[in-house]
Amino acid sequence: MSGEASTAPKGNGWEPNILAFCCNWCSYAGADLAGVSRFQYPPTVKILRVMCSSRVEPAFILKALKDGADGVLVAGCHIGDCHYIDGNKNAEVRINNTKKALAKLGLDKRLRLEWISASEGLRFSEVIRDFTEEIKKLGQNPVKEVK
Amino acid sequence: MNDTKATEKGTVKESEEKRVGVFVCECGVNIGGVVNTWAVADYIGTLPGVKVTSVNKFTCSDSGQADIQQKIKEYNLNRVVVAACSPKTHEPTFRACIEQMGLNQYFLEFVNIRDHCSWIHMWEKEKATEKAKDLVRMGVERSKLLEPLQASEVPVTDKALVIGAGVAGMQSALDLADMGFQVYLVEKEPSIGGRMARFDKVFPTNDCSICILGPKMVEVARNKNIKIMSYSEVKAVDGYVGNFNVKVEHKPRYLDVAKCTGCAKCSEVCPVEVPYDFNEGFGTRKAIYVPFPQAVPLRAVLDKENCISCKACAKACQSGAINYDMQPSYTDLNVGVIIGAVGFKTYDPEPRHDFGYGLYDNVITAMEFERLLNAAGPTGGHVVRPSDCKEPIRVGFVNCVGSRDKATNIYCSGVCCMVTIKNAQLLKEKRPETDQTIMYIDIRTPFRGYEESYNRSRNLGVKFLRGRPVEVKEDPVTKNIKVRIEDTLAGEMRNLEFDLMVLATGIVPNEGINQIQQLLKLSKAADGLLMEAHPKLKPVDTTIDGVFLAGVASGPKDIPYAVSQGSACAGRATILLKNKKAITEGITAIVNPDVCVGCQVCIPMCPFQAIKMDEQAGKANVMKALCKGCGTCVAACPTGALEQSHFKNNQLLAQVRNVFKFQEVAA
Repeated sequence: MSGEASTAPKGNGWEPNILAFCCNWCSYAGADLAGVSRFQYPPTVKILRVMCSSRVEPAFILKALKDGADGVLVAGCHIGDCHYIDGNKNAEVRINNTKKALAKLGLDKRLRLEWISASEGLRFSEVIRDFTEEIKKLGQNPVKEVK
Repeated sequence: MNDTKATEKGTVKESEEKRVGVFVCECGVNIGGVVNTWAVADYIGTLPGVKVTSVNKFTCSDSGQADIQQKIKEYNLNRVVVAACSPKTHEPTFRACIEQMGLNQYFLEFVNIRDHCSWIHMWEKEKATEKAKDLVRMGVERSKLLEPLQASEVPVTDKALVIGAGVAGMQSALDLADMGFQVYLVEKEPSIGGRMARFDKVFPTNDCSICILGPKMVEVARNKNIKIMSYSEVKAVDGYVGNFNVKVEHKPRYLDVAKCTGCAKCSEVCPVEVPYDFNEGFGTRKAIYVPFPQAVPLRAVLDKENCISCKACAKACQSGAINYDMQPSYTDLNVGVIIGAVGFKTYDPEPRHDFGYGLYDNVITAMEFERLLNAAGPTGGHVVRPSDCKEPIRVGFVNCVGSRDKATNIYCSGVCCMVTIKNAQLLKEKRPETDQTIMYIDIRTPFRGYEESYNRSRNLGVKFLRGRPVEVKEDPVTKNIKVRIEDTLAGEMRNLEFDLMVLATGIVPNEGINQIQQLLKLSKAADGLLMEAHPKLKPVDTTIDGVFLAGVASGPKDIPYAVSQGSACAGRATILLKNKKAITEGITAIVNPDVCVGCQVCIPMCPFQAIKMDEQAGKANVMKALCKGCGTCVAACPTGALEQSHFKNNQLLAQVRNVFKFQEVAA
């Protein structure tokens, strides 16, 4: 299976810490499907379930970055598929604004917004792998207090 | 049912000490084979507030649940954390389990250490164990802050809407109507019947399709509890389980259905001829026409796009039914449940010219072949080839066109093998002198009578050749189709010539699928068809309460399977319709009036218009019945006056704070 590439650790390399806010209806279910399909991805990510991506407040993201996250992912339903009509559009505005604020600290690349549907288990694993690689290139989050 | 007053059930005083029990599931080896569950339990046991930890082989089993209940009693637990599979499937089980012990069901915290941990880190056992510890710690810290909530009951309107009147939708409608419920059956075509009405014969028994479908169509029309809305489409849906408000558009037929008798005199005089869609474009119909002889309702329809306004039909119509100025009309419905049976379409090989389709006259699709076989079809049941209307002798069938192909669709459409086998048989029976070759990848005949039908074809002399044509050409003189193909069983290249070649085109989503996906907020699966709530245990439910799916709309199916799903939907819907009430989640937004400054930022954020200003108090007010609990407004509130119950700021932040703490503890 294409998703089953081994992610065995390479040497004593540092592994990033990623927090993923997943909406209950699409992305959380997509992460479940990645599991059911056994699409392997690095154990760098921990998922926090919210009902809608629009529930994620900028404060949560800042708190995560301060408390030890090297990257934060917010994942919701594709535009047009939101369980709550257009909550994801609000999330998009909010996350983009947060990104702008983070850009001033040079942290904007550590925040990512993705639309992942309940059927996109493979995509979920790919997003995590890709984001992990990107954060690895960026290195440790310089502002986190817990290292 | 426990009839204790709901408001008092299982509440715990804020000040009460939090006594958490943590139950780690091994899920056989699904979790236990990767995550060291005992190490997780040992670690979690050291966290403040955790009174007991337990590891079970299967926490969801009787003994696992009994363990939870026994420990709630023994340790006087007031919070329960289950670390197991996905809350999407098992949360209700454990909520019921703790509720039986008098705990509020929202005092359960569910941590996913299977789908989100052991299954995706199968080869990194130590790291998976560390991650599981982190996940469970997040859950424990959140659980301490959980507050009691009450699920609320909403009334259910005892009427149903069925979208799509193919065989699956008709079955749903009939079953619900026979149970005494009012059903609105909306069909976008001028007649009910769906795809099955176009088939000639149906496998594996080869009975005449319309002969078994026709009586069912009439039964639907006669049933006094079913209101057929043909030539109509659902344009808007709002509301929620038990109380959906639906807007249906009735497209203008340009005639009064109450006056039309279906005599088709109008068609006789109409001078316009257009390709007949019911016959897959073979033959013609008039601009005003009765869809097909067995149509229900048996009424004409005027195709305004092709009408030349000569008014001949108006003169011919003895009942004066024709009305050229008709406009679309609308009906507003209020229903408790919605069943989506919107069907499918077949893969179109034209754009890619698969196997020469669209380039060569004598390459046709299986649906087109089906109409040629049909006695009521364009040729009266004589199979002829399009280039010269001669009866073909050598007929090739290509399977898996638009299925099992990385270039088009990777999934198996499930029915095409049997369609081809049946079509080859029917032709052989009609004209034994014909010579059929079926070119296949695999032959799939899984259900009752299918393998027998396959054997029957072989006994009749139909040839089966395993391979896929690599080159298809037309002989410019004879218009015969020349095929170069590798016989993968014999291991040799072969050159074949056919008078006619038939492509078994697969099942693909139709426009109706996109439409109801958007209207009802459903999910699509990777194949583009709609997704069920659970592929095994909730095959006709969706993630939207009160919305069910039947037939091919949720994956390729044959007729018996689609009919079963139609009945299954009716059964599932009846649970709501008969009980006249539905339980909805207690998760809503709540306003703290002491903090609200009445700035009204939240009001336009709500997609459901659930927040109104309390003008007198100058504060926002959430109407719980309308609130769906998304939390959009909560994140927007500048003062923090709005909170989302069960997803409160402190509850989420407790998780955030504890995500990465383990490294610190370990260091």
